[in-house]
Amino acid sequence: MPALSRPFKNQRYVPYVFVLPFVLSAGLFFVYPVIQTIIMSFQEIAPGLREFVGLDNYRRLANPRFYTALRNSFVYTFLTIAVLIPVPMVLAVLLNSARSGAGRSAFTVLRGMLFLPALMSVVVVGTVFRLMFASSESAIANTVAQLLGFPPTEWLLAGPTTAMVLLVLVATWRWTGINIIYFLAGLQQIPNELYESAELDGANAFQKFRRITVPLLRPVTVFVLTISVFGGFAMFEESFVLWGPTSPGNVGLTMVKYIYQQGFQSAQMGLGSAVGITLLAIVFLVSLALLKLTGFFRQGDE
Amino acid sequence: MRRHTMWVAMVLVFVGATTGLFAAGQQEGMEEASGPVELELWTFQEIHIAFYERMAELWNEQHPDRQVVINGTAYPYGDMHNNLLVALQSGTGAPDIVDIEISRFPNYLRGNVQLRSMNDYVDPVRDDFVEARFDIYTKDGNVYGLPFHVGLTVMYYNTEIMDAAGVDIDSIDTWDDYIAAGHQVVDNTDAWMTTVEATEQWSFWPLVTERKSNFFGSDGSVQLDNQTNIEVLEMLNDMVRTEGIARTAPGGFHHAEEYYGFMADGGAASIWMPLWYMGRFTDYMSDLSGKIAIRPLPRFTPDGFRSAGMGGTGTAVPTQGDHVELAAEFLAFAKLSEEGNILLWEELGFDPPRKSVWTSDALAQENKYTDFFTNGTEIFRQMLPLTEEIHPVNMTTQIPDAITLIQTEVMPSVLSEGSATPAEALRRAADQLRQ
Repeated sequence: MPALSRPFKNQRYVPYVFVLPFVLSAGLFFVYPVIQTIIMSFQEIAPGLREFVGLDNYRRLANPRFYTALRNSFVYTFLTIAVLIPVPMVLAVLLNSARSGAGRSAFTVLRGMLFLPALMSVVVVGTVFRLMFASSESAIANTVAQLLGFPPTEWLLAGPTTAMVLLVLVATWRWTGINIIYFLAGLQQIPNELYESAELDGANAFQKFRRITVPLLRPVTVFVLTISVFGGFAMFEESFVLWGPTSPGNVGLTMVKYIYQQGFQSAQMGLGSAVGITLLAIVFLVSLALLKLTGFFRQGDE
Repeated sequence: MRRHTMWVAMVLVFVGATTGLFAAGQQEGMEEASGPVELELWTFQEIHIAFYERMAELWNEQHPDRQVVINGTAYPYGDMHNNLLVALQSGTGAPDIVDIEISRFPNYLRGNVQLRSMNDYVDPVRDDFVEARFDIYTKDGNVYGLPFHVGLTVMYYNTEIMDAAGVDIDSIDTWDDYIAAGHQVVDNTDAWMTTVEATEQWSFWPLVTERKSNFFGSDGSVQLDNQTNIEVLEMLNDMVRTEGIARTAPGGFHHAEEYYGFMADGGAASIWMPLWYMGRFTDYMSDLSGKIAIRPLPRFTPDGFRSAGMGGTGTAVPTQGDHVELAAEFLAFAKLSEEGNILLWEELGFDPPRKSVWTSDALAQENKYTDFFTNGTEIFRQMLPLTEEIHPVNMTTQIPDAITLIQTEVMPSVLSEGSATPAEALRRAADQLRQ
């Protein structure tokens, strides 16, 4: 046998060799930055200066801007989940019904089209939305508003509610397609026999959806829920491209944008790190609570 | 022994991959002794690079034995400032010369300043400059940034609208005159008298400075909510709400696409912005060519100032570079010499901070600005007295945060939402800064 196989004769080493790349990259790109961030959150950091200031940075979090960021992030996450789970699920079921028979080619085309937004750069998407909702009377949104008999509006400056609707709209446009793909994959796992026997028992379409589809899609739903929580709390670019680094009335201020504002714009990296660690803790707790609630940790209840 | 080969090989691959990068990075620092020295320059304005390149040509003519090449890169505004911050904090990666925008400049004056003091070059010519423009880049008596312009704030009048309203712009001396003229404009034409920024600070800050007030005291104490500043914001608010002569700028601020379209269409009769805003007229509102007249700002009191120095970019030399002394000497040549100051006008359209060139023939030559504005080639001769009417702006490390608060909370809550009075909004912001 060639020389290379010799180390593998000793089975003890093999698992370590195979996990080494992951351990190294996780250590370098995850563990080290997280530990550094924790340390930095207790420091005052300036060019040529780093000193420990105890809990100062965390104490300074008790300010109106942090609360606004916290509220915006929670509301955004909640709304995106409220939209981006039921809507794609229903659309996936409808789309799935066209999978066989005459609708097959339509199914393929539609699936491709729905996936397209997810592939686009958020900067492009944000810019397009910014232009659509520009203040000028000739912007698309204002043209439509005028056709419907409403006066033109300065959408991006119209206050917190409009701003949140715009942000959720961008998220919906971007992620509906990809969530449909997840649910389509889940639908394939459901055996057709279940629907057939339900039909024999006289169940209607809604009952089949309610009693078979929704419960059996639960693993996919839990997955989509989890990534939506991460995505919701991590939102930054959408708000950044719509308003830039600051937004009037802080309508687009999210947790991550607050990190950016304090860490970079105001060069308070210690405070920025403290926000980051707080965000990490919040996301961790929220995900844990949701997973517990959805029974993810229960064993063998499928 | 051989069974360790696999281990050793894998470790070597990883170590090699990472250290290889560092090794390559270190070698870049070693320069050839002969030939021109390459100075790395970061900016956030593409057009600034052309200025430095032209100054490098002049420098090379005068210093045949110390040739320089400018290796300029224009990054997006945020990226450049963030990268520089990280470079100065980590002690590696900064360029030889860097443009730093004024609202971010205080960030780099925190801690142990990692920029070279330019005092040795500034002191000999200090008297010939608008002193207030050095003060904004100064900490503990050391000037760390060299200015691009005075940022003289002026009033731009649309003469077509003012004539239609029957207002003689030269009769406007005080803000009371201005508001009275505003009523004439609103009553006799379809235009507003002016626009006020609701999402940025360029309407508010110059008037605060004009009244010799500041956001912070020279000791760094928070002055944002002092009586003068409240009165200034009340005046802006009154123009919009009670007098009805102004509206908030379409798009929120004076650099918005929406605003350019509105103004080019004759939407408002005037606007106060610094002289560097001339370029926005020529580039984005070319329909107004031949219609815009530049005048001093109205005064608040009969003996009050008629201008303010606003905005700016300070160019600095990070101390971690390989050619700190050469970079500093070149920068001083570019920004402090008379040739450099003339080129600041010719190449960039800036009002140069060196006062002696304001009366030179070079600044009375025809160009796209003299063609555009009704002042013609007299712009600088007419505005020169204003350089003595500039109150210094106290820059503290809290300025970036103060500006963020003004943009996101103070101006929107007062002017667009009407959810707070000027006093309430300023107090709320000041309390956050005092925290």
